[in-house]
Amino acid sequence: MSIARAEVAHLARLSRLALTDEELDHFAVQLDQIISAVARVQEVAAEGIPPTSHAVPLANVFRDDVVIPPLGADKVLDQAPAVEDQRFRVPRILAED
Amino acid sequence: MTDQATMNLVSFEDAVSRYDPLIGLETHVELGTLTKMFCGCPARFGGEPNSLVCPVCLGLPGSLPVTNRMAIEYTMKIGLALNCTIADTARFARKNYFYPDMPKDYQISQYDEPLCTDGWLDITVHDPAAGDEPRPFRVEIERVHLEEDTGKSMHVGSTGRIHGAEYSLVDYNRAGIPLVEIVTKPVAGTGALAPEVARTYVAELRDLLRALGVSDVRMEEGSLRCDVNTSLAPRGASAWGTRTETKNVNSLRSVARAVRSEIQRQAALLDAGQRVVQETRHFNEETGTTSPGRSKEEAQDYRYFPEPDLVPVAPSRDWVESVRAQLPELPGARRARLQREWGLSELDMAALRNAGALDLVAETIAAGATPADARKWWLSELLRTANKSGAELGDLPITPADVARVAQLVDSGVVNDRLAREVIEGVLAGEGTPDEVVTGRGLVVVSDDTALTAAVDEAIAAHPDVAEKIRSGKVAAAGALVGAVMKATGGKADASRVRELILGRLS
Ligand SMILES: [Zn+2]
Repeated sequence: MSIARAEVAHLARLSRLALTDEELDHFAVQLDQIISAVARVQEVAAEGIPPTSHAVPLANVFRDDVVIPPLGADKVLDQAPAVEDQRFRVPRILAED
Repeated sequence: MTDQATMNLVSFEDAVSRYDPLIGLETHVELGTLTKMFCGCPARFGGEPNSLVCPVCLGLPGSLPVTNRMAIEYTMKIGLALNCTIADTARFARKNYFYPDMPKDYQISQYDEPLCTDGWLDITVHDPAAGDEPRPFRVEIERVHLEEDTGKSMHVGSTGRIHGAEYSLVDYNRAGIPLVEIVTKPVAGTGALAPEVARTYVAELRDLLRALGVSDVRMEEGSLRCDVNTSLAPRGASAWGTRTETKNVNSLRSVARAVRSEIQRQAALLDAGQRVVQETRHFNEETGTTSPGRSKEEAQDYRYFPEPDLVPVAPSRDWVESVRAQLPELPGARRARLQREWGLSELDMAALRNAGALDLVAETIAAGATPADARKWWLSELLRTANKSGAELGDLPITPADVARVAQLVDSGVVNDRLAREVIEGVLAGEGTPDEVVTGRGLVVVSDDTALTAAVDEAIAAHPDVAEKIRSGKVAAAGALVGAVMKATGGKADASRVRELILGRLS
């Protein structure tokens, strides 16, 4: 298994990471090595073994439907880069076409 | 938008005569749990902006989600009521996308292992082209899964919409509220009934969710939201056409209108030899048409992967069966039972449902009225009043017990139908109970023979020509004299007694 430079560029875009060409070259090689290393697991995984999503075989961890007092708007907005109208102010969501 | 202007309009009837529509619905329902999906914040509508949030639903580093057991149970309830299979193992997955209404930059959802799969919901629509003949449809359910709702963003700028906005303001109170998504399989074979099938499915689903008590299902407040998929294929073609997805259609009426307008728009495109573009579209309530959504939206690439912070949900069969055992009588079964008990036709029942009068009529009957009386008062006088003021029947300031009492007053001859309408008018005007209105307005029927005889004699004297006709055997002419007596008594006379007296006098 390997990952191409174009794919890394695509992922960077989806993750809103602005990578320079040099960074892309650099990370694409690194990522390819990481993925190839991890892919070796497939060499031993036999038929009938489901993919592991959790290291601990545990299911059904729940909490009761009981209210825990929330933080309060003052505390919540305290660390926000920009606030207006008791709301988080965020940059324009979609660029103009 | 331009795509429509350049097209020749195709009438809906014409479109469905040449194309077969295929529809599909994705419905999102906010669950009525006390707390959010993965944290203990209140799952409440309204509230001061950002007052109902914590580190978990804000996606702060180091916070960890824990699944709300009640949300799982509610989702199983929905799945079971929709005849679904409950999975032995279900898993949460991360749906990755950048949008500030998701503070974590991913939404916890379910992907390839949803909690419920493969069910159905039976609905009945009435076919106006076949004398309102009832047509049953089985809408197959693909899946029912659980996810978290997003925050609410307000776009600030000249347009007030996302395009042209300078910046946005986000309130995270809604972020993390349990959200169930119910996805149908494509529904084929609806033809001209496609809009009505879509509308009826959502109405039936809403009634079902309400009966289950898992959500307040208010479309106008967004606790029930619909995405409608529509595609067309030339009649008899073996392959289906390209579908569009109309987002956030927020009333039952809009569901039908959105399907209708998409069918017309797509037919015009196909007629002109153009392609239907697979895209997200928005429904405009004012024009009743759809317009393209985010056209340059990237191809959906959510990079789902199993949520590492949450372990799988593996409901035991005991748990599933105990939830099944708690299911209430479902709306379809209840309607069938009530229709049988009340002796009403399918169409009568449909009229009651459409007017939102089913529960009111049931309560009125429980309060002692006959089914016929209960139906009559709610669907005539009261529905007229509600329509006039644009209110829902249930919001009128009159109770089922009041209506039952009015019916009883008519039955026992205290008031006649005309006076009963006045009684209802009085109750609606806040003059008190039906009995108080009767007393307050002096609405008791005059059935005292002495008083009535005097009025009858006066009427005969005033209309000698009519009296002569009746004497000569034209009994039907008596109506004119009955009318005169009713007028003279201010409508309070017992009309059938008046008639008897007139005929007695002139025989
Ligand atoms: Zn929270």
